[in-house]
Amino acid sequence: MGVKVRIPTPLQRLTQGREEVEGKPGTIVELVADLDKRFPGLGERISEGGKIRRFVNIYVNEEDIRFLKAEETAVKDGDEISIVPAIAGGCSS
Amino acid sequence: MGYVNGLKCRECGREYPVDPIYVCEFCFGPLEAVYDYKKIKRALTRKTIEKREKNLWRYKELLPIDGEPQVGLKSGFTPLIKADNLAKELGVRELFIKDDTVAHPTLSFKDRVVAVALTKAREFGFDTVACASTGNLAHSVSAHGAKAGFKRFVFIPATLEPSKIVASLVYEPNLIAVDGNYDEVNRLCSEIANKYNWAFVNINIRPFYAEGSKTQGFEIIEQLGWKAPDNVVVPCASGSLLTKVWKAFKEFKQIGIVKELGTKVFAAQATGCSPISAAIQQGTDVIRPVKPNTIAKSLAIGNPADGFYAIQVVKETGGVGEDVSDEEIIGGIKMLARTEGVFAETAGGVTLACTKKLIEAGKIDRDETTVMCITGNGLKTQEALNGHTASPHHIKPNLASFEEILKKIGYNE
Repeated sequence: MGVKVRIPTPLQRLTQGREEVEGKPGTIVELVADLDKRFPGLGERISEGGKIRRFVNIYVNEEDIRFLKAEETAVKDGDEISIVPAIAGGCSS
Repeated sequence: MGYVNGLKCRECGREYPVDPIYVCEFCFGPLEAVYDYKKIKRALTRKTIEKREKNLWRYKELLPIDGEPQVGLKSGFTPLIKADNLAKELGVRELFIKDDTVAHPTLSFKDRVVAVALTKAREFGFDTVACASTGNLAHSVSAHGAKAGFKRFVFIPATLEPSKIVASLVYEPNLIAVDGNYDEVNRLCSEIANKYNWAFVNINIRPFYAEGSKTQGFEIIEQLGWKAPDNVVVPCASGSLLTKVWKAFKEFKQIGIVKELGTKVFAAQATGCSPISAAIQQGTDVIRPVKPNTIAKSLAIGNPADGFYAIQVVKETGGVGEDVSDEEIIGGIKMLARTEGVFAETAGGVTLACTKKLIEAGKIDRDETTVMCITGNGLKTQEALNGHTASPHHIKPNLASFEEILKKIGYNE
């Protein structure tokens, strides 16, 4: 099954244009670190010092991780993660 | 002629040119205008200001335009009313009302931000302006935009008070009523803003638009005799107004127009939509978005864009957040009207009711000077008072009929 991770448009150039990539089960912070290894530069766009940036929302199965366990939220096989810039619409490309 | 060096991300500090952009490309944070305060300090003094016309542009060096003001030339500089009757009733020494119920031309503080936004839109060369609105902004964009000759698209939640809808329609913009709440309207408008080359005043023009709110703060200081108040109570929708009133106070200190600044800033919300005051009261920085349910529709933003920054200002200045029920809001509207002759919309009721609670809780010192920001006119939200006001006395056209009423109400000559 794996973990589905949805990538917002402004970051798709870091994932070779892909809007959906595979993620690693574990905590969100581990998932982000793993994404950054495979897609260099992605990590610093959505996080700083191990914390998710204030204007980046991360949803696990449509629940904002801020109301779960934030960066320690556990992600397992079959979960769907969405990365969404908080200011709706974000910037073009 | 302008004093803006550029735009800057409030989160990561990355710099951008003066363009109709609002989001940091790197970290998705909001952008803010950055001023050359050294230059402004030389150009803007109390004397310069006092010589100018009584409108919001008297502080233009601290506003993000390059040339001369082009929109809202009669906007701003609303009365600061010494509310002695209300102060007595609330048991405080000194209370002022910053009365934007009479803002020109559309009777809400939005006339300030729209004057700035549309001037900037003209400088950028846009021919169409737009907004996502809980009502007052739609009204202001419709009006200012008509006078300035812009094509206009205003987006509102379809459940807005009918009087606010009519008030916007009269200027004949394209009024789009969306089946959704404000947050959904805003999300849609971001998509539209990305696609069409329009100046959305609170989206792609937001860094310039938001600065207009500072003028409420500048005026408060000027009208208090070039002093900042001990306390200021500000209603919060997105939280932007609260952050900008404080920014205005700080800028005046920075350029030497006031020497001292110790104001406590208080956030006022409706209990039915209080993500900001709840976070402050719980001592957290994290805003928990809510689905609004309150008669204070102008404050019904469940996911406030400036919520985090508003929390910081309140914490930094030693204020707190407060919230009030719909019943208390109506009580606030009536108390303000009964004591000071000012008819405020529901947001004004929120502000007064919160101020009352803060005084009673000892959070606002009774001996200090407090200013309440009253942001819009009650004629715009009359529906909220239906069934809650006194009734007229109906009589026949004769003296006897009238004197029966006098007896009934216990009137003694």
